[in-house]
Amino acid sequence: MNITFLLNGETVELADIDPTATLLDWLREDRGLTGTKEGCNEGDCGACTVMVTDESGAKALNACILFLPQLHGKAVRTVEGASGPDGQMHPVQQAMVEHHGSQCGFCTPGFVMSMVASHANGATDHDTQLAGNLCRCTGYAPIIRAAKAVEGQPVPVWVRDKPVAVEPASPMMPRSSDELAEVYAAHPEATLVAGATDVGLWVTKQLRDLDPVIFLGGCDDLKDIVITDDEVRIGAMVDMNRMGAAMADLHPSYAEMIRRYASVQVRHAATVGGNIANGSPIGDNPPALIALGATLHLRKGDARRSIPLEDFFVDYGKQDRAPGEFVEAVSFPRQADRLKCYKLSKRFDQDISAVCGCFNVTLSDGVVAQARIAFGGMAGIPKRAAAVEAALVGKTWTHETVQAALPAFDRDFTPLTDMRASAEYRLETARAMLERYFAEDQGELTNVLEVSA
Amino acid sequence: MSVTRPLPHDAAPLHVSGTARYVDDIPTPRGTLHLAFGLSPIAKGRITAMDLSAVKAAEGVVMVMTAEDLPFANDVSPSVHDEPLLADGTVHYVGQPVFLVVATSHLAARKAARLGKIDYAEETPILTIEEALAADSRFEDGPRIYAKGDADAAIAQAAHVVEGTFEIGGQEHFYLEGQAALAVPNEGGDMLVHSSTQHPTEIQHKVADALGVPMHAVRVETRRMGGGFGGKESQGNALAVACAVAARATGKACKMRYDRDDDMIITGKRHAFRISYKAGFDAEGRVQGVSFKHYAICGWAQDLSLPVADRAMLHADNAYLLPNARIESHRLKTNTQSATAYRGFGGPQGMVGIERVMDHAAHVLGLDPVELRRRNYYAAAVEGGAAPRPAASPRSISEKMKENTTPYGQVVEDFELHGMTEALLASSDYAARKAAVAAWNAENRVIKKGIAFSPVKFGISFTLTHLNQAGALVHVYQDGSVHLNHGGTEMGQGLFQKVAQVATARFGIPLEMVKITATDTAKVPNTSATAASSGSDLNGMAVKAACDTIRDRMAAFLAERHQADPASVRFADGHVEVGDARYSFAEAAALAYQGRVSLSATGFYKTPKIEWDRIKGRGRPFYYFAYGAAVTEVAVDTLTGENRILRADILHDAGASLNPALDIGQVEGGYVQGAGWLTTEELVWDDKGRLRTHAPSTYKIPACSDRPGVFNVALWDGANREDTIYRSKAVGEPPFMLGISAWLALSNAVAACGDGYPALNAPATAEEVWRAIQRLRGGT
Repeated sequence: MNITFLLNGETVELADIDPTATLLDWLREDRGLTGTKEGCNEGDCGACTVMVTDESGAKALNACILFLPQLHGKAVRTVEGASGPDGQMHPVQQAMVEHHGSQCGFCTPGFVMSMVASHANGATDHDTQLAGNLCRCTGYAPIIRAAKAVEGQPVPVWVRDKPVAVEPASPMMPRSSDELAEVYAAHPEATLVAGATDVGLWVTKQLRDLDPVIFLGGCDDLKDIVITDDEVRIGAMVDMNRMGAAMADLHPSYAEMIRRYASVQVRHAATVGGNIANGSPIGDNPPALIALGATLHLRKGDARRSIPLEDFFVDYGKQDRAPGEFVEAVSFPRQADRLKCYKLSKRFDQDISAVCGCFNVTLSDGVVAQARIAFGGMAGIPKRAAAVEAALVGKTWTHETVQAALPAFDRDFTPLTDMRASAEYRLETARAMLERYFAEDQGELTNVLEVSA
Repeated sequence: MSVTRPLPHDAAPLHVSGTARYVDDIPTPRGTLHLAFGLSPIAKGRITAMDLSAVKAAEGVVMVMTAEDLPFANDVSPSVHDEPLLADGTVHYVGQPVFLVVATSHLAARKAARLGKIDYAEETPILTIEEALAADSRFEDGPRIYAKGDADAAIAQAAHVVEGTFEIGGQEHFYLEGQAALAVPNEGGDMLVHSSTQHPTEIQHKVADALGVPMHAVRVETRRMGGGFGGKESQGNALAVACAVAARATGKACKMRYDRDDDMIITGKRHAFRISYKAGFDAEGRVQGVSFKHYAICGWAQDLSLPVADRAMLHADNAYLLPNARIESHRLKTNTQSATAYRGFGGPQGMVGIERVMDHAAHVLGLDPVELRRRNYYAAAVEGGAAPRPAASPRSISEKMKENTTPYGQVVEDFELHGMTEALLASSDYAARKAAVAAWNAENRVIKKGIAFSPVKFGISFTLTHLNQAGALVHVYQDGSVHLNHGGTEMGQGLFQKVAQVATARFGIPLEMVKITATDTAKVPNTSATAASSGSDLNGMAVKAACDTIRDRMAAFLAERHQADPASVRFADGHVEVGDARYSFAEAAALAYQGRVSLSATGFYKTPKIEWDRIKGRGRPFYYFAYGAAVTEVAVDTLTGENRILRADILHDAGASLNPALDIGQVEGGYVQGAGWLTTEELVWDDKGRLRTHAPSTYKIPACSDRPGVFNVALWDGANREDTIYRSKAVGEPPFMLGISAWLALSNAVAACGDGYPALNAPATAEEVWRAIQRLRGGT
C-alpha cells in the first residue's frame, strides 16, 4: 500500500507500508519527531494529539490509534509544525507559556494541538474541546486560562492546511460503498476499519496482526446524513461529532450524550456504523437509536436488507452480520422529541458508560401511548426494557405509574458487576433513570451538570 | 533579584513546542535494543517450570533473561532487599516481572513477552485486610504505636463519643510519561543511565550492585520527568537495572519503557487504608482523646511502606491539638503491587482520618464543622517565631493543655491556621453560602448541595533524618555565564526555575545567564530523592551556599584589586560594584579568571533542628509545617450519586513564595489530584488479585471539566518562621490534602438526605455516594 499525505506542510510519500502501523509510532520512530507523546496508546489521554485536515476541515485526532493508510490524501500537523516557519510561536503556545499551562510538559504537546485545532475552528467550548486531554499536574485551570486568552486571535497562516489530491492507494481502500461491497465480498475475512478507535486497540494493546484490512474512510457516500419529513438516515461512516451536530436540533439530549461520548479526538474518528457493528454492550449509540425506533441497513455484495436495530444484537459478541456483510446506514422515523439519554459513568467526560439509559415515552392525553426504553451496560447487548415498557403503556403518566413500573426492571435485566459498577448499582440506577425521566418531564431540576455554585 | 517573581517554568517554551526531551525522546545509539518484562499472571505461587523457547524464537528477540542469568544482585528494592528484579522461584502478585525480553524493537519485545509458558504451583493469595490480619501477614513484628496521654481513659470520660471504620482507596500516580530508562554501555564496563527518576542516586546504587561495579562506574542522568508524584521514587529501579544488565550482556544500548497498561499493572500505588476511630469530645466540641487504628495495605514488598505508614501516623492530628491520642498502625503484607510513595506519602491518609473524626463529631454535636475545628486548633504562633505560650492562646482555658505538642512530642511553633481560616471564611463568603446551600436543599428534592472546609498542616522534612541533605555544583565561566547543577530532579514542579532564581539573586544577574542542567550523579553525589516536598528547601540552600562561595571569592579578589572592603562589593543588576568601579558580571568573571580565582564551587546544606526516633515515636521529625485551607461546594444527584465540584476557594501557605506562579500551579494541581483521589479514582482488583483498572479507559483521573467550576486560589501572605531559603515553604505535597474538603462536601450533601451521619468511604464515586444515600434513607 502506497500513500501520500502532507506532514507539517511537506509532502510525504510512503511505499509498502504496514497497514496497521500507527501514525504515532511512525512519527516517533521513523521520522524522529518526538514532540508527539505516547501517554496511553489507546486514545484516552490525548498526549499524542495531532491536527489532521481533510475536505471537511481541521480536526484533532489521536495519533496512537490512527493507522497510516487513514492519512492518505490528508494533511497532518504535529506540535513541531505548530510554530511558524521562522520559529514564531503559535498564539496557543505563547498563551500556554504566559498562563503557566505546562508543568511536567508531557501532556503539553497534545494540549497544544487540541487547542490549535479548536482555535482554527473558532471553538470556545474549551471543557468539551479538551475533554480528551488528560493533565495530571496543573488541575487544568491555567490551561483553560490560556485557551480563553487566544479566543478570537487570528489563525496563523502556517496552520491552515489543505488536503492533497491523491490517486486511490489500494483496492483495500474503497472509494464508495459499491467498491466496498465488491472488495469485502472478495475478502470476507478482512477486518473493516472505519475510525480505528476500537480496532486500534486490537493492534496497540492486544498486539494482533490484522490482515487483510479494508479501510472505509474513502467511502464518501456512506457519510451522508439525510433528513426528510419522515425519516433521518445516517450513513455508517458519519463520524460522531457530525452525528452530535445532527442531533442537536432533533434530539438535544442525545446530542448532549454524544458530547460526553469519548472525546473530540475519538469522536472525529469514531463512526456511527462502527459503534453499531462492533457490538459493544455499552456502545452509547445503540440504546439511543433503539429508543428512537431505528432500522439498520446492511449490505452484502448487491444484496441489501433492513432489520430493527435491536435485532442486530444477538448475544454478547454476536451480531446478525454475515461474512462479507457490512453496515450501510441506520435510520429512524422523524418524531416529536421525547428522547432523554442518561449516561452514567465514574467520570462525566470521556468515560465508558456503566449504564446508558435512553427513554422515549410518548403521551396521548396524559396516557402513555408508546414507550421505547433501551439500555447499554445492563446486559450482554444493548437491550430494550420490554417489561418496563409494557408496565407503562396504556397507563396515565403519573408518579404512581412510574413507581409501579420500577419492579419490572428485574424482569428485563440481570446486570453484571465489574470495575465500572456493581450489579446492584446498575439495576437501581436504571430504575432511578426512569424516575429522573418522569421528574424531568414534570419540570423538576434533575441534571447535576446544570447546577452552579 | 529574581527571587519571588512569578516567572514561567524554565522549560515552558520547550514544552509547548514539543522540544523538551524525555527519556524516550533521546536519540539512541545505533543498534539500541528494547526491553519488556514477561509478567506473572497469578498472585501467589511457585514457578515449577519455565519454557521460554517461543519467546526466544519470536521475531526480533535477541536475548531472554531470567533470574538465573543475572550476574550480580537480583534486587531493585529501595529498602530491605526483598524485591528481586526477576522472580526467583516464587511470584507474589499479578504483574510481577518474571523474565526479561531483549529485542530489536519495543513492539517486538512486547509481543515476545506474551509468549512465555510458565507453570506455577498456585497458592492462595492474601488480598484483603481481613486475610492479612488472619494470617498475621505484615511488615515489622506487630503494629507501631505512637501515643500521648491516655486516649482510652479520656474517651471513656468524654461527654460525646464518635466512632467508626471506613475505607480509603489507593491511587495510581498516572504520571503522563510512563516509566522509562536507557542504558548506554561505556568503555571499561562503565554504564551511563538515563532514567525518568526522582532518585538518580538510588538508580546509580542499584545499577552498580546489579553490575558488580563501584558506584563510580555508573553515571545517572535525569533531565526531566513527565510527572512523578512519588511514583518515580523507587519504581524506576526495575527498568534502569534491567537496561543496565541487558546492556552489559549485549554490549548494546538498551531502552525500556512500560506500555501504560504494564505500567499500571507492575508498579506500586498509593497505600489503601482502613481507619478505625474512636474519639471523645466535651459538650463544646473540644476533643478529649482520639484513638486510631490504621490498616495500610502495603503489597508484596516493603518498598517505602514503613515511612509511609509512619507519616500517616504523624498526620493523624492534622491541625488539632489532641490532649490524648493513640495511633496504632498495621502494615499489612498482601499479594498486590508493592504500594509506594505518592504525593503526601501517607500524610493524606492520616489526615483524612482526623478530618473524618471532626466531621463526624460536628454532625453528632450539631456544631458548625468549621467552628468545631477552630476550637481544636493548635495555639497560634507567637509573632517573632518563638515557641507559643499556651497562656496567650485562646485555647489555654483548657487546663490539660500545658503544651502545644503533637502526639509525637513536637512543639508546634508556627501555627498559621487561625488567621488563614478567618481570611478564607471571609474571602469564600462561607457563612452566607452555607445558608444558601441549606436553602437550596430545602427547595430541591433531587439535587442536593454540600459545602465543607478543611485545613492542612503538613510536616516538612524527610522523617529519615539523614536524607535531609543536599549538594550543588556551580560554575561561573569566564564570560559570566553560570552552569547550575544540584541533586534535585525536575518533574514539572518548577524546582529548576526556583533554584535558578536563587542563583540569579546571589549573583545579581539575569536569568538568561544561568544554565539549568540535568541532574547528574557525576556532578553532585549521594543525593536524596526529590521527594517529601523538600526540593527547593534543600537544593535552594545548597545552591545558595555554592554561589556565595564563588561570590565571596570574586568579592575578595576585586576588593583587593580596589583596596576596598570585600563586604562592600555589590552584585546587582548584572553588575559588580566595588568602590567607584562598576564591572559587568562578565567582566568581573573574566578578571577573576585572569586573577587565577576558582570560579567553581560545591555547596552543601543539611536541615537543622531535626531529630526523630521512629520506634518510640518521639522527637522533632519536621523542621516546620506548611499550612493550607480550602472551602469546597459540591452538588449531588441523589438519584444516582453523580456529583460535581462547583466551587473551591483555597488559601495556601507557601511562606515567602520563591515563585508565586509556580506555587499556585502546585496548589491548583494538588487540589484537583487530591479531589480525584477521593472521588473518581477507583482501583479495582478482582478476587484473583488482578487489577481491573489498568488503563485510563477504566481508571478515571479528573478530566478538564472536573476542576471546580469556580476556582479561587490565593497564597497566604506570610514568611517561614524558620530560616529556609528566602523564608519560603515547601509546596509540592501540602496542597494535595486540600482535596479532602471535596470529600467532606460530598458527605455534607449526602447528609441532606437523612438524619444520620453519611459515613462515606473513599473514593466517593457516584456509586459510593449513592450507597451512602441509601444507608441514610434506610434502604439497601
